[in-house]
Amino acid sequence: MLRLLLRMIFCQERRISIKLKAEHLKQKYEGMPIIDDISFYLNKNEFVTLIGPSGCGKSTIFNIIAGIVPLDEGKVFIDGKDYTGEQGHVSYMYQKDLLLPWKRVIDNTALPLIIKGEKVGEARKKVTPYLELFGLQGFEYKYPFQLSGGMRQRAALLRTYMFSRDIVLLDEPFGGLDAITRAKMQTWLLQVIEKIKPSVLFITHDIEEAVYLSDRIYVLSARPAKIKEEVQISLPRPREREIVISAQFNRIKKHILSNLS
Amino acid sequence: MRKWESIRDKAIPVLFIILVILIWQLIVDSGIIARYILPSPWDVITVCIAILPEITVHIYTTLQEALTGLLIAITLSVLLAILMDNFTVVKKALQPLLVVSQTIPIMVLAPLFVMWFGFGMLPKVMVVILVCFFPIVVSLLEGLGSLDKDLLNLMKSMKANRWQIFYLAKFPASLGSFFSGLKIAATYSIIGAVIGEWMGGKAGLGVYMTRVRQSFALDKVFASILVIIILSMLLFKLIELIQLLAMPWKRAIK
Ligand SMILES: Nc1ncnc2c1ncn2[C@@H]1O[C@H](COP(=O)(O)OP(=O)(O)OP(=O)(O)O)[C@@H](O)[C@H]1O
Ligand SMILES: [Mg+2]
Repeated sequence: MLRLLLRMIFCQERRISIKLKAEHLKQKYEGMPIIDDISFYLNKNEFVTLIGPSGCGKSTIFNIIAGIVPLDEGKVFIDGKDYTGEQGHVSYMYQKDLLLPWKRVIDNTALPLIIKGEKVGEARKKVTPYLELFGLQGFEYKYPFQLSGGMRQRAALLRTYMFSRDIVLLDEPFGGLDAITRAKMQTWLLQVIEKIKPSVLFITHDIEEAVYLSDRIYVLSARPAKIKEEVQISLPRPREREIVISAQFNRIKKHILSNLS
Repeated sequence: MRKWESIRDKAIPVLFIILVILIWQLIVDSGIIARYILPSPWDVITVCIAILPEITVHIYTTLQEALTGLLIAITLSVLLAILMDNFTVVKKALQPLLVVSQTIPIMVLAPLFVMWFGFGMLPKVMVVILVCFFPIVVSLLEGLGSLDKDLLNLMKSMKANRWQIFYLAKFPASLGSFFSGLKIAATYSIIGAVIGEWMGGKAGLGVYMTRVRQSFALDKVFASILVIIILSMLLFKLIELIQLLAMPWKRAIK
């Protein structure tokens, strides 16, 4: 009986284990506070969005987690270990696609593997099975400038995923796309996530995008960034596009909107 | 529409050069300037073809010196630029020296090189290296520094080491700028060799020019200038071709 109970607790613990935890992050640039005591967490296989006004410090939070920007105060835990200020523990996709113009799509997406020391042939072989899922088949030997905006973003996403399938940080991946492509990419991303189940930390300032994609949303204030509210999105998955016009969806949207302004 | 514009853009300089040459021809033909002072373009071309068999050996020598010097200059400047880019100390120490090296007139150095290194190939190659070195180092340094800062951070977040950052990102990002410097260096290289040869030697276009100038064969002097221009332009085009091959991602979609 006790054993069963223990096992249940253990399994429960495993199922919702915390992948990433940020505690009391504080950051100043030239004496000006940018991030003011922010704490949040990300569960395994969860999709969590940070939403906030432009310039509030969202990208800075990601830079801190990725260990690129040294932080003033606070700690970053990954799988329970203190990795504050350390690089290479999360997959990070920047606001810009940052594809290398001089590399073909296949080599751009295989870049993380090549950096890890794999031979080009091997790395290409490992990327190939994912090209279809990411909608890049037939374009693997093209250069980035020959791709459409949506395709470039998908290539950058695949590269991010090839680095680590564990924790993925996505900083406004669809920010530069037109509305139609953007909607398509969101639906596509949902499908991909159903398949590969990563743990995603996402940035956007588009409320609909946040609600449509996320399990949980942190609403940030204007600079200096503070967490105003944590919103659980209990919309069922898998989600169809039509969900964005449902009453429940709009209620959540309205709630966040009133909180943001 | 765009095609017509590109044809027009190419046609304008060609037409202008033809116009200048025509005026030059007319001035000499009409006798305003005597032939022994300024040969006409047509004279230059006919003389050039006539002396071609006798100057091929000189062309060959000059080309050999220029290319040797250019290759050594490329090797040295690539090494130096990489060092300077990686170690701020080296950069700080060498940058002023590099600039100073360019303020010394070649015409002063060339005779010194002859005194130090004799009348063989070496002093000419030294002059070529000296004139080619600077544009390559400067352009390559600029190129290496031009990598997007976010891209650099991205590479770091993927745990790329210094060498990987260099050959995967920094170096390819610098190629455009590098080739710009290389094109300038290539055109300088022929002139550098010729200047070296003016100070004395057995063969080369510079040696030939000195000889024909001393016998007041102005048409042959002009013919040698024409040959030098053609050689420089060919070298320029060659570098352009290499650039096109080395940077396939820069080729526009046709
Ligand atoms: N290196 C830096 N030095 C000084 N100030 C900086 C630096 N980087 C960012 N900032 C400032 O910090 C603030 C937050 O920047 P950040 O890029 O994190 O905002 P953001 O929320 O991602 O904005 P956006 O929605 O426009 O992407 C901005 O006001 C910016 O000017
Ligand atoms: Mg940002």
